[in-house]
Amino acid sequence: MTTPSLGEVSRHGLWSNNPALVQLLGLCPLLAVSSSVVNALGLALATLLVLLGSNVAVSLIRHQVSGTLRLPAFVMIIAAFVTCAELLMAAYTFELYRILGIFIPLIVTNCAILGRAEAFASRQPLLPSATDGLMTGLGFGAVLVLLGGLRELFGQGTLFVDMDLLLGPAAAGWGITVFPDLDFLFLVLPPGAFFATGLLIALKNLIDDRLERRRQARLPDRPRETRRVRVTGTIR
Amino acid sequence: MSLMHTDQTAPRRPASTTAVMGWLLVATLPGIAALTWHFGWGVLTNLGFAAAAAIGLEATMLRLRHRPVAATLGDNSALVTAVLLGAALPPGSAWWLILIGMVAAIVVAKHLYGGLGHNLFNPAMVGYALLLVSFPGPMSLWPSPDGLLSPEARPLGEALHQLAGLTSLETRDALSGATPLDAFKHKPEALMASEFWADSPLPDGALAAWQQVALAWLAGGALLVYKRVIGWQIPVAMLGTLTLVATLLYAGNPSHQGSPLFHLLGGAAIFGAFFIATDPVSAATSRRGKLIYGAGIGALVMVIRPAGAYPDAVAFAVLLMNFAAPFIDYYSEPRVYGHPTATRGIRVDVDKEAR
Repeated sequence: MTTPSLGEVSRHGLWSNNPALVQLLGLCPLLAVSSSVVNALGLALATLLVLLGSNVAVSLIRHQVSGTLRLPAFVMIIAAFVTCAELLMAAYTFELYRILGIFIPLIVTNCAILGRAEAFASRQPLLPSATDGLMTGLGFGAVLVLLGGLRELFGQGTLFVDMDLLLGPAAAGWGITVFPDLDFLFLVLPPGAFFATGLLIALKNLIDDRLERRRQARLPDRPRETRRVRVTGTIR
Repeated sequence: MSLMHTDQTAPRRPASTTAVMGWLLVATLPGIAALTWHFGWGVLTNLGFAAAAAIGLEATMLRLRHRPVAATLGDNSALVTAVLLGAALPPGSAWWLILIGMVAAIVVAKHLYGGLGHNLFNPAMVGYALLLVSFPGPMSLWPSPDGLLSPEARPLGEALHQLAGLTSLETRDALSGATPLDAFKHKPEALMASEFWADSPLPDGALAAWQQVALAWLAGGALLVYKRVIGWQIPVAMLGTLTLVATLLYAGNPSHQGSPLFHLLGGAAIFGAFFIATDPVSAATSRRGKLIYGAGIGALVMVIRPAGAYPDAVAFAVLLMNFAAPFIDYYSEPRVYGHPTATRGIRVDVDKEAR
């Protein structure tokens, strides 16, 4: 397997192979936790940390682990990093740790992480693997935060409320009320997350479509083919 | 020469969608008239705004999907969705509530699934269920049934004021009364049903008003069955099962359960049976399938009403059975004449294996 360039790895993780919008992996935390920006950002950072750590570790031991034992080994590595993330959150952002609850330990089961370990990090050297972990984590996190923002804005009418739970007292005043008295319960509940994710996927496909069409338009015009009846071949 | 007269035996031409939807609209008139008579102008403002929103949204979606706009709008299906949702919402709803419901119905439930004929779920009920889950407050504000001509009746101007969303929730709350099902749902546990009714928990004439509205829907539904716009199977199976389950529950615990008649006429059961559950797209299609489908809705209504969190359950029961409709169709396909019974699915044909 050839090693792709770092730019290509980044583009894949952030956009063209985005774990949330294209691979549709890690949907469980994505849908359950993205009810506000602070929840989404907290889980995004934890996932990013685990993904980066596990990709680096898996890449480092890739020559030592035999094929039959690799999956249990990867899961142990991921579980270790998840425990680290969990303890860190319990130590520094206890309130958020209480809110996210079971979804922090459940990062272990996030298929996006095991998927990157198996599909990329176990076959690639350290630097591309680390880049891949970082960029995939950022891609997942970006979708998570975007979804959290959408659901908080149109579900509760606010944005960036309770950011101090994650970013410390300095962020206490960040919360803004955009639509007072808005209480659109559907978006706050999990079905709304499904719906909003579907819309984001549609939006991504729309953008891809536009880009592709623009690329096609920029290609130099093919020379016109003149077709004539009863002639084999074409005259250019 | 009698052989020449083949007109009598020629198969009927299938009715066009426009004609079917037209008859549906006609059949809603008695129900709408009864609703307006008892609950005031708010019913008509609901319907008017819902219809306008439906046509606007339908036209927009058709244009976005590069479909013929005028020809498809002419089939009246968007209008039927609007009338059904508008009649199901509390009279005098605010414009934003109706608009969100219509967006969910027309844009999401209908066009995102591929347009008329491809929707898995009944569009009007998707809109209604979304609103019920999202806005429990405004969705429970049924005005008290004062009647259109009584001195307490509020004028058309006030209904328009409510439609514009200018009437505060508190004011509307003061003017509203609980629906019979809602009141019965929140009956104190210790209170017996007879004591509850003796207490006159509803505004004057509310129960009678709801029963008359249900009977008006029944008249419209009978017209639909008579004109063969809908089959008799779904309404009969649904109402029959509902009555049966309600009777069993009532016989088991008459002091705390509602009577079968109360369940039949006190809520949206009749309206749902004739106008919602019979949606030709999302319902089961074979005759046997329609019986199973209708019975499932009736049973689910009587499970959700006593045991669920919502007082009326027709929308959720219909949506749940929409899920099951393809499955029901698969196992209830009629035998083709001249062919043996179909063997498929989990049934194992022993004879064939022995051979």
